[in-house]
Amino acid sequence: MSTVNLTINGLPVSVEAGTTILDAAKTVGIKIPSLCYLHLPDVDVVCKSSSCRVCLVEIEGRRNLAPSCSTTVVEGMVVKADTARAVDARKTMLELLLSNHPHNCLFCKRRESCELKALSAEMGIDELPFQAPVPEADLDTSNFSIVRDTSKCILCRRCETVCTEVQTMGIYSGVNRGFTTRIDTAFHTPMMSTACTFCGQCVAICPTAALTEVDNTPAVFRALRDPKKTVIVQTAPAVRVALGEELGYPVGTNVTGKMVTALRRLGFDKVVDTDFTADLTIMEEATELIHRIQNNGILPMMTSCCPAWIKFLEHKFPHLLPHLSTCKSPHEMLGAVIKAFYAEKLNVKLDDLIVVSVMPCLAKKYENNRPELSDGKYPDVDIVISTRELGAMIKHSGLQFRSLPETDFDRPFGESSGASVIFGTTGGVMEAALRTAYETLTGNKLDRVEFEEVRGFEGIRTGKVMIGDLEVKVAIAHTLRNARKLMEEIDAGTADYHFIEVMACPGGCIGGGGQPYHHGEMDTLRKRAAALYSADEAKVIRRSHENPDITRLYEEFLGEPNGHLAHELLHTHYVKRNKH
Amino acid sequence: MERIQSFEHLKQFYESVKYQTNMRLHPLNQAPDFVQLPEAYRKESQKRHVMVCADTGCAASHSIGIADKLEETIARYGLQDQVIVVKTGCFGLCSQGPIAVVHPERIMYTQLKAEHVEEIVRDHLRDGHYVEHLLLGAREGAPTTLYDNVDFFRNQVRIATRNCGVINPASLEEYISQKGYLALGKCIQEMTPDQVVETVKQSGLRGRGGAGFPTGLKWGFTAIEKEEQKYVCCNADEGDPGAFMDRSVLEGDPHSVLEAMAIAGYAIGANMGFIYIRAEYPSAIRRLLSSIEQAKEAGLLGANILGSSFSFDIELRLGAGAFVCGEETALIASVEGNRGEPRNKPPYPASKGIYGKPTVINNVETLANICPIILNGPEWFRSIGTERSPGTKVFALAGKVNNVGLIEVPMGTTLREIIYEIGGGIVDNKQLKAVQTGGPSGGCIPARYLDTPIDYESLQVIGTMMGSGGMIVLDETSCMVNIAKFYLEFTVEESCGKCTPCRFGNRYLLDIMNKITSGKGELEDLDRLFNLGETIKQASLCGLGQSSPNPVLSTLRYFRDEYVAHIQEKRCPAGVCTDLLQYHVVPELCIGCTICAKNCPVQCISGSLREPHVINQEACIKCGVCFTKCPKKAIIRK
Repeated sequence: MSTVNLTINGLPVSVEAGTTILDAAKTVGIKIPSLCYLHLPDVDVVCKSSSCRVCLVEIEGRRNLAPSCSTTVVEGMVVKADTARAVDARKTMLELLLSNHPHNCLFCKRRESCELKALSAEMGIDELPFQAPVPEADLDTSNFSIVRDTSKCILCRRCETVCTEVQTMGIYSGVNRGFTTRIDTAFHTPMMSTACTFCGQCVAICPTAALTEVDNTPAVFRALRDPKKTVIVQTAPAVRVALGEELGYPVGTNVTGKMVTALRRLGFDKVVDTDFTADLTIMEEATELIHRIQNNGILPMMTSCCPAWIKFLEHKFPHLLPHLSTCKSPHEMLGAVIKAFYAEKLNVKLDDLIVVSVMPCLAKKYENNRPELSDGKYPDVDIVISTRELGAMIKHSGLQFRSLPETDFDRPFGESSGASVIFGTTGGVMEAALRTAYETLTGNKLDRVEFEEVRGFEGIRTGKVMIGDLEVKVAIAHTLRNARKLMEEIDAGTADYHFIEVMACPGGCIGGGGQPYHHGEMDTLRKRAAALYSADEAKVIRRSHENPDITRLYEEFLGEPNGHLAHELLHTHYVKRNKH
Repeated sequence: MERIQSFEHLKQFYESVKYQTNMRLHPLNQAPDFVQLPEAYRKESQKRHVMVCADTGCAASHSIGIADKLEETIARYGLQDQVIVVKTGCFGLCSQGPIAVVHPERIMYTQLKAEHVEEIVRDHLRDGHYVEHLLLGAREGAPTTLYDNVDFFRNQVRIATRNCGVINPASLEEYISQKGYLALGKCIQEMTPDQVVETVKQSGLRGRGGAGFPTGLKWGFTAIEKEEQKYVCCNADEGDPGAFMDRSVLEGDPHSVLEAMAIAGYAIGANMGFIYIRAEYPSAIRRLLSSIEQAKEAGLLGANILGSSFSFDIELRLGAGAFVCGEETALIASVEGNRGEPRNKPPYPASKGIYGKPTVINNVETLANICPIILNGPEWFRSIGTERSPGTKVFALAGKVNNVGLIEVPMGTTLREIIYEIGGGIVDNKQLKAVQTGGPSGGCIPARYLDTPIDYESLQVIGTMMGSGGMIVLDETSCMVNIAKFYLEFTVEESCGKCTPCRFGNRYLLDIMNKITSGKGELEDLDRLFNLGETIKQASLCGLGQSSPNPVLSTLRYFRDEYVAHIQEKRCPAGVCTDLLQYHVVPELCIGCTICAKNCPVQCISGSLREPHVINQEACIKCGVCFTKCPKKAIIRK
């Protein structure tokens, strides 16, 4: 890479060729405001729609102002971001964007995290020279995961870009023209009737409250306040390393102990850990994989933890559904085990038992409503809330999170291995499965449990592991764009893998649609992943099959992995869906 | 037609057909070396050719039916061996349509109706007398023979529209008779791709779509790209209100565009071309589709053109009528099947165009200039027009000018020449106020710049632009505020809505314009217009937004007094803005006939018989009925 020299506001800057003016300015401490721009370099998420024009700068020799987010630096370029012409134009752009934006910020879901609001404070917008009627709230509440309110949309096009380019789903597109342009589904179809996977990435990157999650906290509070109900809560691996961000902790802080205490103080009767059933998933999935390999079953086998990925496959590659592991996702397994086994132990009637899952994910809100994931009468999981919603519940309840003591999850679903913790990041399920598959098949103990080759943020990672005489070939993909590439390889007959892990969100669950807003900071995802890997290292038990509570569960209740009862409770089936 | 095997074969074929249409350019007595005319020419010339304009303009006035009736009638008179009827492209004098021209006499009949056919066949084609009352100019009392000697035609130089009105566009043979496909043959056979690019560079040809970027440079940038797959794209998404230059070329001379696209393909190393054409041009689409088929059958398009290793195919992509799709990045998105929205440049289409591949995008008129440049050389092209803007420009002349239609003039021609010589002056000899060029992206040139030579630079200096060639003549009855508002309404409607300044800004500009034309304006609004307009220009994503405030800004610059009159005096000087109009009875002229009062739809005119009447201004809805009904012109509008 060659270096390019330029000046920004008179300061000399040297950056790599291909850098945008916006990023070049950051290197000399100049923040040029931006809104529609989004860039997560490690996971290849980028929105350069250049549509908001809030990042305009003056470039010497050019007649017009240039968007710094999508203009790359050129040798000798003279950039002026601080002239009256540039500053006034940027301000006008923001004033225009605000001119028909609802002003009910006090009651807005995004009042604390709205990028538009933050920017208008930063740029000192004190009055509005332009005003147009605020459009009526046009709500899409058709589904379990995502609420759309086009009246709050500022047409940054991030959702469209992420949905089309990162997830290759293309659910959203601009419709109409000029002043009446809006982002919509094809033919204004309700989201529930589209092929939307509910991955929630559109929500994760929406700068305003045009896209938010379906708020399930009222239902949870209702259950907690109902004296008849026993409410059991479980938390996913990725929640514990992100929740702190909602509560004032630095990014990447692991707040497991305080989180468990907070959940107890909120009134949950039992606080259990989805990590436990992540271990259980490994037992089931590794057994299934070994079975398929030894019996010429359908390969490659593909993981089934991610509901958005499942729905993607059901819509876009239904003929590949037999490749999916039949394992339910970990929180559904835990729900099923609680209702089939633990409820009796607690002496609670199923009518009075509520299982709540705290997930980094919005697709889980849809998943627990799938009819397959119930015993016919009682769903395995009753309510799903996101990491953000848990953060809100803690704040609403006045809990002083920082001063809470740290406590442990309730047994028997509280113990977990390091392998289960890393489920929360891309490659984690694969690594956990490899640890167990290797040791069960060979009977040897791994010297090093870390499989470095499956780690990282590379879109598709492949690796080979010698397990005894067998060379097991694996592939890991995150984001549906990369999943699609692997599926196309399978269709083309060029995929030579035994096992594939797919997570729909960039970075895996740490980048899930229900996580605290990362506001385009790549570092946030990196630190969350690092926190999970340190949590793994800190654990005494690093392998799922060494979790003593798992062994006990099989002994006391389930029998053996992939056995009859395990099949009934822990496995599921999939349905073919329309392509669009 | 037979399949042409090689360039030699094509040249032979050309020799065998070249006399078919030559007479239409050179009447017998003016033909070169009249005495030594070859036998073939004389044989052809024994026939009369009746050229009937079948372009959309004339066709809308039933010219197709007239042509068919001509053929029938000719047959009835037994003249079918002596006269052929040719449906041809636009002559340009659209205000006089439907038009038919008889060769070799070069008689133009205008404003034809079906009932005139009998007369023409009997008197002219059988008996040899002109039908005087149908001649060009007859209705104005000055019938003209030798039609191309009149000012309208004499002052034009036709390069891009050279075959319109000359050949039957449905006949590949007739196109070849005018040296069709010889330029392509010459390129493939005698020139390297680099030489072709160099020739176009040297010609100085600039993009005729509006921005005027040098075509040769564009080709050169695409040619040096290393990609295997490249594309040529013809931009036929002509969208300016009232502009139809490209449509006329496509309908009247489709092969010239196809041939030029193949030449571009050869020059840059592309084997595939797209024509992005708006679906509102059905006859141009039909014509193009059948012409592509013809050319493929004749071995002039498709695989191994003229027996060479060069292959080039062309497909059509229909636009759904969004103005912004004329912008090249939006066009690319639309060709790919996506929503037609522009994107940031760079990367330019030359490096990342259709499907991410290097693409040359040229407008129809630009391409129509290519073949003559190849055949006659770049020096010839540079000898026409001005130093920095060589060649000609086609304009759709419209508005308050006598000769409304399509014209092609050398660059550097002044507005005065266009309006007063070619255009025949202002309707009813009224006072010229301004000329609007460049459509919604352009501006208004006030009458005092009449002697400005028209080229890309000079128009920009005076606050407008060449644009694709719309030219609307405005006289004293045109309100400049209203004109600016009209174009702004167009842009507000056509903005794709992608970027903030265009989506919101133009709408708020329009709000201010509406405020002014309804009499609620304040002087500060003029600053608001200027500031917001300038910001939109500098901040917008694409050419549409960057030029959308031009109509407002240019009228603000030259006709500020009209804005001020609307604001301060609450008066529209041209009497156009209805909210500001008042109708008054001049008592001295009123004879008290009561006609106005009887016709007033809101009964707001009072007065006794034979007494001067009075209009109640509060109740008046300014419909203008009284104004038109008054037999004594005693009602005035102010």
